[in-house]
Amino acid sequence: MTLDRAAFAPWPALAGGVLIGLAAVLLMLGAGRIAGISGIVGGLLPPRGGAGWRLGFLLGLAASPWAYRLAAGLPAIRVEAGTGTLVAAGLLVGLGTRYASGCTSGHGVCGLARGSARSFAATAVFMAAGFATVYAVRHGWTGA
Amino acid sequence: MAGLAACLCGLVFGIGLLLSGMADPAKVLGFLDLGGAWDPSLAFVMGGAVAVTALGFRWLRRRRGPSLAGGPLQWPAATRIDFRLLAGSLAFGAGWGLAGFCPGPALVAAAAGVPQALVFVAAMAAGMGLFSLIEHRKPGT
Repeated sequence: MTLDRAAFAPWPALAGGVLIGLAAVLLMLGAGRIAGISGIVGGLLPPRGGAGWRLGFLLGLAASPWAYRLAAGLPAIRVEAGTGTLVAAGLLVGLGTRYASGCTSGHGVCGLARGSARSFAATAVFMAAGFATVYAVRHGWTGA
Repeated sequence: MAGLAACLCGLVFGIGLLLSGMADPAKVLGFLDLGGAWDPSLAFVMGGAVAVTALGFRWLRRRRGPSLAGGPLQWPAATRIDFRLLAGSLAFGAGWGLAGFCPGPALVAAAAGVPQALVFVAAMAAGMGLFSLIEHRKPGT
């Protein structure tokens, strides 16, 4: 393993993380809800009906790149995966997060912050699976 | 009121994702690639987010009152570590590693008009729909 010093940017990462945390705290204070994106989206799909707070959150989320663009210019969003991979990945993420009742935000941020053992287990598994998948795709199963 | 508060939270959350680099799949894959040139930046995103959320949640627990919109604070009650949690997380992590998108960043990128993100979000919604379909068909649920 080598460090990618050119790409390493701890300060914007930390500042962005602080904003994500603030949003999670404000959502619990304002609406009494956990900021878990997969749960917010999943809760809108049938058979359950929509709720105002879910739609509001997603509206704000969708407005964020436009607000960002006005203020500072949109940062790079670089997608390397092809269409087939994107479809497979999307299906896995959709199914997986619903079965796990959470994703990076619900388990990885809010759950860890609550000290939930269940969220620690989920986060450990999805992080390990993410590392293993990228390793397999980029370096082969044999480590070549 | 809850909708308005949630809208502001979504906006701040999305700006945090964009500023941190989480909304850039290439950056995410650089973090997940331990075998190549590793970019540890995203550990700082998680560290910052968890630290702030932990402090804020502790304050909210001590505060005890209702939310500003009026209802109770709905803390998750589930504690069981079962097969569904672990298998679901495994599938989620594999999908995350394949494309570099998790749900929040994918929605932000799709809203920004990135065509590949629209494909991913459509597939993700289909996956969630499939879950509802499977779980809804089970007897007794």
